[in-house]
Formats: sequence, structure tokens, C-alpha cells
Amino acid sequence: MAQPEYEKYYVPDSSPWPIVGAVALFLIAVGAGNFVIEQTRNTSGYGGHILVAGFATLIFMLFGWFRNQIHESMSGLYSAQLGRSYRQGMAWFIFSEVMFFGAFFGALFYARMIAIPWLGGSGNNAATNEVLWPAFEAIWPLVETPGGVQTEAMGWYGLPLINTVILLISSVTCHFAHVALEENKRGRLKLMLGITVLLGAIFMVLQVEEYLHAYQEMGLTLQSGIYGNTFFLLTGFHGLHVTLGAIILFIMLLRIFKGHFTPDDHFAFQAGSWYWHFVDVVWVMLFFFVYIL
Amino acid sequence: MSTVTDTIHHDDDHHEHHAPPSGIKRWLYTTNHKDIGTLYLWFAFIMFLTGGAMAMVIRAELFQPGLQIVDPNFFNQMTTVHGLIMVFGAVMPAFTGLANWLVPMMIGAPDMALPRMNNWSFWILPFAFLILLSSLFMEGGGPAFGWTFYAPLSTTYSGDSTALFVFSVHIMGISSIMGAINVIVTIFNMRAPGMTWMKMPLFVWTWLITAFLLIAVMPVLAGAVTMVLTDKFFGTSFFDAAGGGDPVMFQHIFWFFGHPEVYIMILPAFGIISQIVPTFARKRLFGYASMVYATASIALLSFIVWAHHMFTTGMPVFAEMFFMLATMLISVPTGVKVFNWVATMWRGSLSFEVPMLFALAFIVLFTIGGLSGLMLAITPVDFQYHDTYFVVAHFHYVLVTGAIFSIMAAVYYWLPKWTGKMFDITLAKWHFWCSLVSVNVLFFPMHFVGLAGMPRRIPDYALQFADFNKWISLGGFAFGLSQLIFLALLIKACSKKGEPVSDQVWEGAEGLEWEIPSPAPYHTFETPPVIK
Repeated sequence: MAQPEYEKYYVPDSSPWPIVGAVALFLIAVGAGNFVIEQTRNTSGYGGHILVAGFATLIFMLFGWFRNQIHESMSGLYSAQLGRSYRQGMAWFIFSEVMFFGAFFGALFYARMIAIPWLGGSGNNAATNEVLWPAFEAIWPLVETPGGVQTEAMGWYGLPLINTVILLISSVTCHFAHVALEENKRGRLKLMLGITVLLGAIFMVLQVEEYLHAYQEMGLTLQSGIYGNTFFLLTGFHGLHVTLGAIILFIMLLRIFKGHFTPDDHFAFQAGSWYWHFVDVVWVMLFFFVYIL
Repeated sequence: MSTVTDTIHHDDDHHEHHAPPSGIKRWLYTTNHKDIGTLYLWFAFIMFLTGGAMAMVIRAELFQPGLQIVDPNFFNQMTTVHGLIMVFGAVMPAFTGLANWLVPMMIGAPDMALPRMNNWSFWILPFAFLILLSSLFMEGGGPAFGWTFYAPLSTTYSGDSTALFVFSVHIMGISSIMGAINVIVTIFNMRAPGMTWMKMPLFVWTWLITAFLLIAVMPVLAGAVTMVLTDKFFGTSFFDAAGGGDPVMFQHIFWFFGHPEVYIMILPAFGIISQIVPTFARKRLFGYASMVYATASIALLSFIVWAHHMFTTGMPVFAEMFFMLATMLISVPTGVKVFNWVATMWRGSLSFEVPMLFALAFIVLFTIGGLSGLMLAITPVDFQYHDTYFVVAHFHYVLVTGAIFSIMAAVYYWLPKWTGKMFDITLAKWHFWCSLVSVNVLFFPMHFVGLAGMPRRIPDYALQFADFNKWISLGGFAFGLSQLIFLALLIKACSKKGEPVSDQVWEGAEGLEWEIPSPAPYHTFETPPVIK
């Protein structure tokens, strides 16, 4: 690490945005909890409304908070030391995201390497298989569960392969955009970032396509056993992250059109680009472990 | 650890900041690490009393064999929510509050690195616990599956309130992760010039490592509750063998979070004790570097021992052996710590002020908890101890006489710095001695009933355990009442009564926080001190 300099560290005065954010998360949690109960139990209630109100509050908070932040940053209140705080904060946040995906990859590996072979009678578990489901065969992808639910396995060629190529290209264009920003080539920056966002959007459209195909033609659903569970939760959470990443980069694009960011000072852009690369790496892991293997 | 040779200019640049806004807005909008620390500490104390009240219900029911006061489902909700509140609502926020107050002062920083996010992390917590507590009043009751929410108890056999439990844990996790990111970034980026890594006070070191553990495992907990949610409500089968999943997989995922989590609740305690013992022994901490390495080793080992919570699930023998040996390995760095505290006191000029009393009680009683942990680590004997009161005794020795005693020690140690006044020493001594005696009456006999086979989490028990349980319950009520002395003391301390204290407060205290005025000014170290 470089020798830190000690400029004046900006400690903001009190701000209303965090408490608004806390209320937003409260509404989201209450709303989502009740919404889940109402949807699955077919009862009526206000869960959905509270959830929408929560997201509206969150968006309101994000606009207010970031507007405040951008204003402070552009009026030169921030120091290089504060910039380091932001970068380190973002890096640790991405690490926490890695661990979140780790939990689901862990479930995938455990089911595949341990749970299913044991159900099939491997090791000293012959009795498990005999007593519980003697007809069960341990194979992966698990196209027939011990309980008898059947499904089809998703191939890696076709849409998933196209999507992999799309995301890999978008990672490269995102990097080119970053280089263009650092070299102050604004035209190229806009072009490259625009392409990145567009590729992200195409990825999401194709992902929706794939889900429809899985649900309507393959019988691969959230209910079709551990294969479908790990498939949908991993790709689903990844999809949510792609959506979020694309929105972040889109907002960066709008800010670039307004003339924000300089070659030396562009933390928000950098954070968005880090996030995008992270989402890409997760996809490569997904493509390898969920689709190919 | 370090001394300031430069003059510290307390009053520099004060004109730039507005005075804190008055009234409720100060606390809702604050970005000040001291305000947020105070909020965390009060919140943790209120949660400690709430969770404690639930423990009183549990002990009242267990006062006699048979079912008399509450029905079993409510009993289950009490054990569950007691555990959740004490872990996520009392111990963790109390340590975060201490980190907020102390880390910037100890490293010579003007505030936490990300002050607004700091406020957000705190204010999520009251809402999260509001959700959890109000779920107790839902139709079918609140969570009743134990704080570990094992599948299928939390999936097939739980009430609908599980959805609210899941989302409240999600937002608690968001709060913890943001708090931990803030601590790490503050320590990496905000140290005053000359505050090199190996000059940092141990409380800062232990919190740095704790924050790393938090960021690494809270997301795993989020993953676990998400899978519980989809298993219960959306027909997935992560934890259902009929769909190719495995209920034991839940335990693997949960304890991959859960074991580092128990170190999250004890490493900052190690830091606190390492600050207090040298002060009242009037000697430097023995083996500073070894303390740092021991803390780091404990943290790393915490990732490879999780399955010692699961010896009776029928894992392969190789796994049982691995997790047994890895667990025993942890006693080495932990032993280093206890040895160093004792060696610090060796030939020191000891005095026994209230923080030191709690610290000494910690060292003895935490060691008892550590040793019973070592017994539990032995796979073959764990087959007998598993899910008995012996386990309950073990983790209450490390969490109550460990973590909570260290928090009390910390509050007594730094309270005069926070308020500028000495607390009521007589009340404090009453609090200490009543707590010390009652906590042992409460938890020590649990070892015996546990070894004799009394299962945990059951509202009734066999007649032969009646005498011991009577004493356990009496100890429990006495311990609960003793905390009201603490409440009275804290209210008195906050009402600005008492003898003014010097900047150093305690004769042997060393470190940056003792070189600023008492009470600590609203803003400290706006110009970083130079440490040589």
C-alpha cells in the first residue's frame, strides 16, 4: 500500500438518508415476509403493497443519498484518503457477495458430491438406498429425484454459451471504457460503456428466454428437485446481480453524458466496473459448474 | 502500546463543525461515531434485558418438573428468540458499539471511515428486532425451531412466521456486514501517522479480525435462510432427501456460518481483556505479538471446525476425526492468550478496580468454558454430551461469563472516559459480586445435569434432575435481578452525577484514548496525532 497522506478527512454532518434507508429495509422485510405468506397460502393482505412502498422508499433514499454524495464530491470536499475508504469498502462488499454465492455453490457441491451418492447407496450407505428409495439412481444432473419428480437437464450449448460470450465481451468493453475514461477519451468511453450496458440487457433477455424454455418445454422448475433448485437459485441470484450491475452502469452512463468523472477521480464508475467484472466471474463459475459439468 | 510524543490539539478546527443537533434528530441523523456507539450500546442493553426476560420464563418453567407455566410451543419460542436476541441483538451490537466508540479514538482517527453508512447499520437493527419480536404475536406463534433453525424444523414443521424470521435475519445481516466493512476500512485507512500495524492496541487488532469473519460468514447465513425460505414456501428441496437434498446439508451450511460466528462473539472480548489486564497490573501486555498471531490463528481455524457441532449426524469417520483434531488445535492459540494474561499479571502491582474484577472473572470462567469445549470436541464422548445441558453450560460459560462479562468490564473501564464522571463504585461492586455468585449457581450445575443426560430445549425433565434445576432457576433469577443493579448504575452514570475523573482515568492506563479529555469531546483527532 502506498504511504497514506493525511489530508483533512471529510466527516459529514448529520444526514437524514440513513434512517430513511433503515425504514425502507424495514418495509421491504415486513412486506416481503407477508407477501410470501400471502402468495403461498392464498390469503389476502397488504404484503405486496408494503413491499412496493419499501422499494419506493429505498429508491427515494438512493436518489437523495447519492445526489448529496455527488454534490459533495463535485464541490471538492473529498480527499484521496476518503477515495481509498470508498474503494476498500467496495472491495469488501464484493467479497461479501462472493461468500453469498459461495453458500449456493457449496449447496451444489454438497448435493452433487455427497448427498446424492449417499442416497444412491455409495460408501457405507447401501441400507439408506435399500430402505428409502431402492429404485433411485445417483446421477447428475439429477433428472429424477428420489421422490420421483422428473425433469430434463439444461445443456450448456445454445443460449448459455451465447450468454457466456455476451458477458465475456461486456467485461472487455467495460474495461475499455475504463481505459478510455483514464485517457480522457470521452467519445470512446460513451461508446464502450453503452455497449456494455446493452450487452447486459441482451443477456437478461436471453436469460428470461431460457427460463421460459425451462419452465414451459423442459419441465425444469423450482420444484424439480435439487438440480432445479441449485440451477434456479444460482442463475436467479446471478441474474439479479446482472440487473443491478447494468442499472449501476446505466446511471454511470447518464452521469458521463452530464460530464461527470475525470481521469483521476471516478470512484463511482470504478465501483460499478468492479461489480460488473465480479458478476462476470460468477457467471464463468456458473457456466462451468452448473451447465458444463 | 504506543505513546504520543506530539502535542494533541483538541480544539483545532472545532469551529468547522456544527454542534450536534438537539433532541431526537441528533440520534436519528447522527454521523458521529460516539453517538452511534452509544446508540448501539443502549440498544444492546435493552435487548439483553429482553432476551434475559425470556430466559426467566424458561427458568420459571424448568423450576419444577412437569408442565406448569407455559405451553411447550411457547417454551420453544422462548428458547429460540432468547438465543437469537442474545446473539444478534445483545452481544454483537454491544461489541459493535464498543468498536464505534473506541476504534477511532485508539488509532487517532477523526471518525469511522464511512460515517453515514455507520448510522444506517445501526438503525436497521431496531427494525429487524421489531419484526422478530412482533412475529411472536402472529397466528401460530413466532419462530420455535431453536436459534439454529435446523431443517426440517424450520421448513416442514415451522409456522408461517418463518418468512418474517428469514427477512429479519436478512436485514440484521446487512447491518452486520456494513458495520464490519466500516470497521475494516477505518482500521486499514484511518490510522494516524506512525500507528503501524504492530503498534495497534489489541482491541483494534481483534476487531479487525472479527470484522473479516463477519464479512466472510454473514452472507453464508443469508444463503442459509434463503434456502429455508424457498424450501418452506416455494417447494425447493435443498434440505429434503426426497428431492435429492439433505437436512444435514443445512447443518453444514449453518455451522460454516455458526462457528466463525462464535468467534465473532469472543475475539473482541479477548481484545478488551488484553486492554484491561495490563492497566491494572501496571505492566505491559506480555507477548503482544503472540496475541496478534493467536487471534489470527483462531480466526483461520474457525473456518475448518464447523462440523464438531454435528458429530452425531452420521458423518464418515474420517470427517469426525478431522473435525475433532482441528477443533482441539484451537485450544493452542487460546491457551497462548490465557497464558499471556496470567503472565501479564505475574509480579505486576495489581489493583482490583471494578473493570479488573470482571476481567479476572472472565479469565477464570472463560477458561472453564474453554475446557468444557475441549471435552465436547472429543467425538466419542460428544455422543453422550450432544444436545444435553452440558452443551448449554459450555456455551453459557463462554458467552455469559466470557463475552458478556468482557462487555461489562469494557463498559466499567471506558465509562468514565465517555461520561467524564466516575460511576458509582459501590453499586458496581454489588453488581459484580451478585453477578459472579449467581451466574455460577445458574450455569455450573448444568454441567452435572447435562452429564447425567438431561436434554436441552425440552420444557419438562425427569424427576432426578429436580433439585439441581431448582438451584439453577434460583441462580437464574438472581442473575437476572443483578442486572437491574447495572441498569440503575448506568442511568445514574448518564445523569452526569459523580466525581469528575482525570484524562487518564486509571493510573496504569495507556493509549490514545486516555490522552484526550474526559469526557471525550464530540470530535476527536480532527488533525491526526503523530505516534512515534
